[in-house]
Amino acid sequence: MDALTIPPVDLGLIAPLLVVVTWATGLLLVDTFFIPVGRKKLTGYLAIAGLVVAGLVGLPLWGVSGSTFGGMVRLDPFALTLTWVFLLIGILSITMSLDYLPRQDIEQGEYYPLIMFAVSGMILLAQGADLIVLFLGIETLSITLYILTGFAYPRLTSEEAAMKYLVLGAFAAGFFVYGIALIFGATGSTRLSEIGAYAADRDLGDTNLTLLLGGAAMVLIAFSFKAALAPFHMWIPDVYQGSPTPVAAFMSVGTKGGALAALVRLLFEALPTLNAYWLPVLAGLTALTMVVGNLGAIAQMDVKRMLAYSSIGHAGYVMLGVMVAGEQRGPEAFIFYILVYALSNLGAFAVLIALEHQGEEAWQLDDFAGLYQRQPLLAVAMAIFMFSLAGVPPTAGFMAKFYALTAAWEGGLPWLALVGVLTSAIAAFFYLRVIIRMFMTEPEGEPAPELNRGLTIDIVVAAAGTIIIGLIPAPIFALVERSAVALGG
Amino acid sequence: MLANYAIVGIFLVAAISFPLIPLVLAFFLRPKRPTPLKTSTYECGLEAIGDVHVQFKVQYYLYALAFVIFDIEVIFLYPWAVAFQVVGLYGLIAATIFLLMLFAGLLYEWRKGALEWV
Amino acid sequence: MVPTSYYVLLSAILFTIGVLGVLLRRNAIVIFMAVELMLNAANLALVAFARERLGVEAQVIVFFVITVAAAEVAVGLALLVAIFRTKRTADVDEVSTLKG
Repeated sequence: MDALTIPPVDLGLIAPLLVVVTWATGLLLVDTFFIPVGRKKLTGYLAIAGLVVAGLVGLPLWGVSGSTFGGMVRLDPFALTLTWVFLLIGILSITMSLDYLPRQDIEQGEYYPLIMFAVSGMILLAQGADLIVLFLGIETLSITLYILTGFAYPRLTSEEAAMKYLVLGAFAAGFFVYGIALIFGATGSTRLSEIGAYAADRDLGDTNLTLLLGGAAMVLIAFSFKAALAPFHMWIPDVYQGSPTPVAAFMSVGTKGGALAALVRLLFEALPTLNAYWLPVLAGLTALTMVVGNLGAIAQMDVKRMLAYSSIGHAGYVMLGVMVAGEQRGPEAFIFYILVYALSNLGAFAVLIALEHQGEEAWQLDDFAGLYQRQPLLAVAMAIFMFSLAGVPPTAGFMAKFYALTAAWEGGLPWLALVGVLTSAIAAFFYLRVIIRMFMTEPEGEPAPELNRGLTIDIVVAAAGTIIIGLIPAPIFALVERSAVALGG
Repeated sequence: MLANYAIVGIFLVAAISFPLIPLVLAFFLRPKRPTPLKTSTYECGLEAIGDVHVQFKVQYYLYALAFVIFDIEVIFLYPWAVAFQVVGLYGLIAATIFLLMLFAGLLYEWRKGALEWV
Repeated sequence: MVPTSYYVLLSAILFTIGVLGVLLRRNAIVIFMAVELMLNAANLALVAFARERLGVEAQVIVFFVITVAAAEVAVGLALLVAIFRTKRTADVDEVSTLKG
């Protein structure tokens, strides 16, 4: 037998990912062997340290573009910036969990390494340039999230949510794999760039075109499930309601960011020539997602469920950037929106956690009554997040929405941008309803919210970020512009 | 090509008829005098009572889950063994890293007490 | 040699059975089996295409799919045990405290 030519492996290009995975594996062992029960917060701090180190390791990689592992993994500014955003999401989620877990009596050391593994899955999704890698990334993310969703064991709602999520997630995974098989059958490759080149070079012929379209459709269905685009969004409200609140927060921004980052690559590296087929379908899904998410949120009296529906609506706005990612503005709008949405939404969930006491769930709209008189600063922070999610200036949410809508308008989807504007107007109603409850009504004897250090840091960081990006967006604009260069064609 | 399949087919027919023929013969030759006692399910002489869903020990599931994981991981070692000469040092390093990760999992299970039968 | 299209047709049938199984059956264990059927249908298609194109790449994917499927089922069964201990049922319809 001849010796195989093994493609050169440049581990430097996956340095942040490598740090997260090794750190998480090590932390899992350190936690079980050395950290006593009751001191599990230490594991949380170590996990945060690991994520910070991973972010720092990524600094020298700025501006580097390249691929390794035979072209299966790619590093470019787009992937790197998203990596940083994902690490930030991980850090904020862990910070808000530090006191939540012991308060809910569900503290287990594994929680923190699991969050790190989920983050590694998201990074893999941003860096993947091959269908197998994307599959592994999305499953790493999903399988850890199944466990995290059921983390409030033996609370039945949590177990049920995990089961529901797992069944639907595994179902979607089946579609993903079958889609990969069909795409491989049509093109003979799973590398995104090779698929794109194959489809562009020649006339595919009826059989291969059918296979490729069928495969692409199945992969898109899988992504729609994972990112919760309507009509594949039914699982979201139940799963969010049942899972521990920090996990729901992490999930709302994490799955969207990861799955849609991969979708950007898939659409514009592997399937650009099939544009005429997928664009109308995805545009329809996006419009439906925005309408369903925002209309669904109106009916909710439970703020956690309201945020769940609102996250569906926001997936639609993120999709605006995804669909026009062939233009320079598309990926820019995508990264910007994910960052801003992460800050505002994690902040809103952190406020929810502050109001949640052991054994009882204070998520009803009425629980927010008169919050301003009970805890003025908390109410102001929540108001900032609500304004940002609704897209009211001068918050960052306005900038993000404006960016996404103009990107769609200029990218040739003006009608979709109009749908976006109309649904935003509807959305303002249910976000403002929370604010009115907090500021205009009298408190009805609810206990004072419990603020602790982790939560305070989270809320302050998120609120400050939301305001600062809203007022001085220029540095972030510069960052996302440089990040999107590599993708813009 | 087709002849090979014919041989397989002949084997298949022979294999199926081998147990089938005695059963059919017995069905036609044996006397039939059923009584309620004869037709009832054979249960070691005892009436079947209670729920059929017996609760197993949780340890059983832990063992089963650990087995599934480690069993599956072997499929990565097998191709490595087959291609050992070809992939050389690179393959050795990769497989070692892989085994180390499995070992980390095993350590975790051991420490958590999943390997003890209490 | 059996043409590739036969294998693909078989895999499509298996996949459809799997999809129907997930959608129609109510027992969680049967649903896991149906999901497994979907994934293995995809594996069959992958191997068939790999043979046609004389590449090993798709065969490698099959290994990864099997591994991921095992991890998924392991988590699923662990959840099922947890739910069973809380509620004593494996029927997903009875597990419906959450609305919607």
